[in-house]
Amino acid sequence: MSESTAKKSSLDGTTHQPSSVGLVEPQAAHIDTPLLLDCGRRIEEYELVYETYGELNERADNAVLICHALSGDHHAAGRHRPEDRKPGWWDTAIGPGKPIDTDRFFVVCVNNLGGCKGSTGPLSTNPETGRPYGPDFPILTVRDWVNSQHALMRRLGISRWAAVAGGSLGGMQVMQWAISYPEAIAHAVVIAAAPKLSAQNIAFNEVARQAIITDPDFHDGRYAEHGAIPRRGLMLARMLGHITYLSDDAMRAKFGRELRSGKVQYGFDVEFQVESYLRYQGTSFVDRFDANTYLLMTKALDYFDPAAEADDDLATALAPATARFLVVSFTSDWRFSPVRSKEIVRALLATGKSVSYAEVEAHQGHDAFLMPIPYYHQVLRGYFDNIARRMTEDAGTEEGYA
Amino acid sequence: MNRPDWDIVTGWIGEGAGVLDLGCGDGALLRHLIAERSVRGVGMEVDDERVARGVAADLNIVQADLDDGIRDWFGRHSFDYVLVSQTIQAIRHPERLLGEMLDIASEGIVTFPNMGYWRNRWQLGVQGMMPTTKALPNPWYNTPNIHLCTLRDFESLCEGLGIEILDRAVVDQNRRSSPLLRALPHWFGEHAIYRIRKRVV
Repeated sequence: MSESTAKKSSLDGTTHQPSSVGLVEPQAAHIDTPLLLDCGRRIEEYELVYETYGELNERADNAVLICHALSGDHHAAGRHRPEDRKPGWWDTAIGPGKPIDTDRFFVVCVNNLGGCKGSTGPLSTNPETGRPYGPDFPILTVRDWVNSQHALMRRLGISRWAAVAGGSLGGMQVMQWAISYPEAIAHAVVIAAAPKLSAQNIAFNEVARQAIITDPDFHDGRYAEHGAIPRRGLMLARMLGHITYLSDDAMRAKFGRELRSGKVQYGFDVEFQVESYLRYQGTSFVDRFDANTYLLMTKALDYFDPAAEADDDLATALAPATARFLVVSFTSDWRFSPVRSKEIVRALLATGKSVSYAEVEAHQGHDAFLMPIPYYHQVLRGYFDNIARRMTEDAGTEEGYA
Repeated sequence: MNRPDWDIVTGWIGEGAGVLDLGCGDGALLRHLIAERSVRGVGMEVDDERVARGVAADLNIVQADLDDGIRDWFGRHSFDYVLVSQTIQAIRHPERLLGEMLDIASEGIVTFPNMGYWRNRWQLGVQGMMPTTKALPNPWYNTPNIHLCTLRDFESLCEGLGIEILDRAVVDQNRRSSPLLRALPHWFGEHAIYRIRKRVV
């Protein structure tokens, strides 16, 4: 009773102070239905690690799936331990009173297959050899991920997501959900994404991959068996990635040409603050990410192109979708610029789909999708309010007929 | 919240039609048309605050600047009606927009403040100053309204562009019509409402 009153008051627009989902614990699901992959190989059984925030309601119609990007994982909100320095990667948007309000929604975030944070991936033992998969882990596509997430959805007793949301590579998974399982997704929230990578995008990914693969410690991907880590390669890949996530303006604002020691040293040590930042980002990434997973994720990005199977017509590719869409882009994002989001919106409009599009003025570049930019969050909040309202209406209608 | 000019527009639009509202603001007219005519509506708006309000009102809103053109967004004949309500006077190239509108939809509905309204004529012709009225509240040096016109200007532009005028209505500042308005629309119409389409050759 008290719960439904709380829900009602939040729908009436009564504000309550946004807060954190608090301490969270990852869970694991063992899926033993084989997964047939786009590359032709099969994974007989696999483990998916995920986190959930909020409560699944009785009708199981308030579930929201969050899809993570290239280097993300299942830890989207809250903290694992009180002393954790940083919360989950999208904590700005997920939590009680936040745009994706966990007082109303049951939020699920999965570490994608092939990941390195607990889900079956290159670090897992290959049942055929008894050794880690390493480079033998099959190449995955966005569609493979969506199929595995669908298996988890059923395991959780959910037949339809109220929404699937994600930024960047996460946004591509959202599109794939809408195409592959139209009946299982009511709303699609596609943020800072693209319908496929440009040649420039693929070029950046290739440089990142070459940095890893040509590292002497890579050992053809079997570095774990050699007790090695391709640190330099992975670090370079991450440094390059970071440059593309930020805008020129954001870098200027954050670092300018500031020198660490106040004057030039005429050497190749770290001198400029931006160098220090990139090296820090690179080295800390090596400690938390697996090189083979990084290679897999960049390949999934490169291969994503739903229009390829529809005579290169995105509108035809998206035609099966029945979800309502929200598409968001950021002005300074040059990795997946507003022009790319516009392609998605245009394709949806062409077949009369329900779609809203917001182009958010932001200087932070691609990374903006993780930031609590007021206008961006205002749009997200308004959109998720409608999702909640529609859930309540649907529930009311069905009760009326009962 | 009903406005008489909305009633005129609503009267022209068929049940269940596809409607694109250019410069839709917070989507109030679209909501009205959805309620009254069950239209399939899409709004286009550039202002953040208005887009956010439109999205929150559960409308389909596309954030874009009309000055960049609309042809990129929509295919030919993708709507039954395109509305431009109190917006055309703030567009950089109204003539281009009119052409694009009628590529996208079979009919266009345009409303704008009439520069030939008697108060405007009085202020300019007798007082010798750029008019400021309820319909045109901004001073000349700071106004979004950069392309003001009279009914005759608009009609001659339509003629030049090969656009046929199907209907015309004028309303006063309270957005109502009256016998005086109908008798002397060029002088007493504060706002004009047109229904247009491409002339069939």
